Amino acid sequence: MPDRALPPVDEQALAEAVWSRVQTARNVRRPHTLELLGTFATEVRELHGDRFFGDDPALVCGFATIDGIRVVFVGHQKGSEVQENIRRNFGMPHPEGYRKAMRLFRMAERFGLPVVTFVDTPGASPDAASEERGQAEAIASSIALMTTLRTPVVTVITGEGGSGGALAIAVGDVVLALENAVYSVISPEGCASILWRTPEAARQAAVAMRLTAGEQQALGVVDRVVAEPAGGAHADPETAARLLGAAIAEELRRLTAIDPDALVTARYARYRAIGAYTTTAEPARGPAPDRRRMTERIRDLLRSGRTVVGQAEPVARSEEVDG
Amino acid sequence: MPIKLPFRPRRDSVPSDLWVQCPGCGEMLVEKQLEKSLRVCAKCGHHFRLRASQRIALLADAGTFQERDAELVSVDPLGFVDSKAYPDRIAAARATTGAQDAAAWGTAEVGGIPVALCVMDFAFMGGSMGSVVGEKVTLAAEHALAARVPLIVVSASGGARMQEGTLALMQLAKTCAALARLADAGVPFVSLLTDPTTGGVYASFAALGDVNIAEPGSLIGFAGARVAAGTTGEALPEGFQRAEFLFAHGFVDLVVPRAALKETLAGLLGYLRPRPAAARREAADA
Repeated sequence: MPDRALPPVDEQALAEAVWSRVQTARNVRRPHTLELLGTFATEVRELHGDRFFGDDPALVCGFATIDGIRVVFVGHQKGSEVQENIRRNFGMPHPEGYRKAMRLFRMAERFGLPVVTFVDTPGASPDAASEERGQAEAIASSIALMTTLRTPVVTVITGEGGSGGALAIAVGDVVLALENAVYSVISPEGCASILWRTPEAARQAAVAMRLTAGEQQALGVVDRVVAEPAGGAHADPETAARLLGAAIAEELRRLTAIDPDALVTARYARYRAIGAYTTTAEPARGPAPDRRRMTERIRDLLRSGRTVVGQAEPVARSEEVDG
Repeated sequence: MPIKLPFRPRRDSVPSDLWVQCPGCGEMLVEKQLEKSLRVCAKCGHHFRLRASQRIALLADAGTFQERDAELVSVDPLGFVDSKAYPDRIAAARATTGAQDAAAWGTAEVGGIPVALCVMDFAFMGGSMGSVVGEKVTLAAEHALAARVPLIVVSASGGARMQEGTLALMQLAKTCAALARLADAGVPFVSLLTDPTTGGVYASFAALGDVNIAEPGSLIGFAGARVAAGTTGEALPEGFQRAEFLFAHGFVDLVVPRAALKETLAGLLGYLRPRPAAARREAADA
């Protein structure tokens, strides 16, 4: 039990609400990158290979046309059944996946195509082969490259936004999240194993990390939550994709009107500004999770995405940072 | 300064502050002797972890380090509570380490060359990177860019700080963005990876040096070794995720023993001269 007295009924309701989002985000029938594109995009042409080692089926890239706008897409790809999931390593890329993404990012910049990325991974593949081929280097390089791209970047968290493996393709000018998507620094199970010393505490960890789309929007990590049909995207993939496609097209039209240098400056400012610290001598105590807040969070969870909240304006929110 | 652990083992036959057992070879080492040998075991060469202040004393010319932004402290953006509230964890870490957070940055000279130096401290919450660490690395990089001096970052970290959630994750983007600007401007960055450098710190700024240097035997990797073994179900290669493994696979330029680090850094900085600011402006105008 946490050492602060919480009303048990609220805590449980919150945990249930949060965990149902995690489960929806992980639902095997949830539409993934290629399924979503197949619905709302046309002329989808997947491209393959990183030109160094191989082609990673866990991360798909290529060209697509969204509402008449030609883009480069990059996204994690999970399978919809066991065999495909094994082939795609459950959407956990190896370094060659991120190197393929970087190849496409550079190509997008070269030919003046906007980039749309779709994030849906438990994390980058943690196996020994990934370490030998430089998983950390690939992720770091991809993050760094994205911060400098002189072309618009729209990122959508469509399912699981799992840590560095997600962020490697998620450094967007604007970050959208589907209503039931989650975004976290570590999986709830991983967090629970380390801090609670048992993966059984995954629900508590999920609540503590505030990983739901609505909460991520409140933290400023996500700019806009895109509604899903009742029951979640898997209940009506067609409608889910249509709603997402419209939101992406809207963001693309807005961003393509902005000068590329201004985009890069605003993107730097967006990420430069994220962080919570103070300069007082004593560590400031955050807001205690009292009853009112907990109730509000439940209400927010149930409501988030139903109304489109928070219009993203990367340029307006930018603060000039003097290099 | 001896490393003081928050919970000392019971004192048995030897007073723990006079003797220390080498985790590498099991030899009992006299604390004072160990201090003289830069905290490297004289028998097996095991490199003990250094506190930030010890690392600065090792690398910076005497009396040149001027700490900046020392007053930055973490807040608790999520109201994070596991078995302990995050503010209580920070308070405990501050009490046991005497540090404000897991990194310090400042200006210094290395072999007479002015640099921006940022040093991580594993003793503070496992060197985890939250908003304060990310901010300090970024401030160091931005100073290096503005002052046209090389940036040196010494990593020692288990990764991103879970208690700050995705705000900690976003520090990967913040620091990488600042380093991308350095690279673009032709201002050098030397990354020194020490034991341990893992997770989000290795998967961001620590991997991106113009030159990457590792201390011998340091644990460096993306995922925990147990995770890697569990995933593949195979035995891990000998020396998996150690500095020498990274060297063999081409991810660090050099593995340099502690005694030779400063000389190596100074020598490299002789070649890695920041491109003058004027040249950059011309290039931008062209």
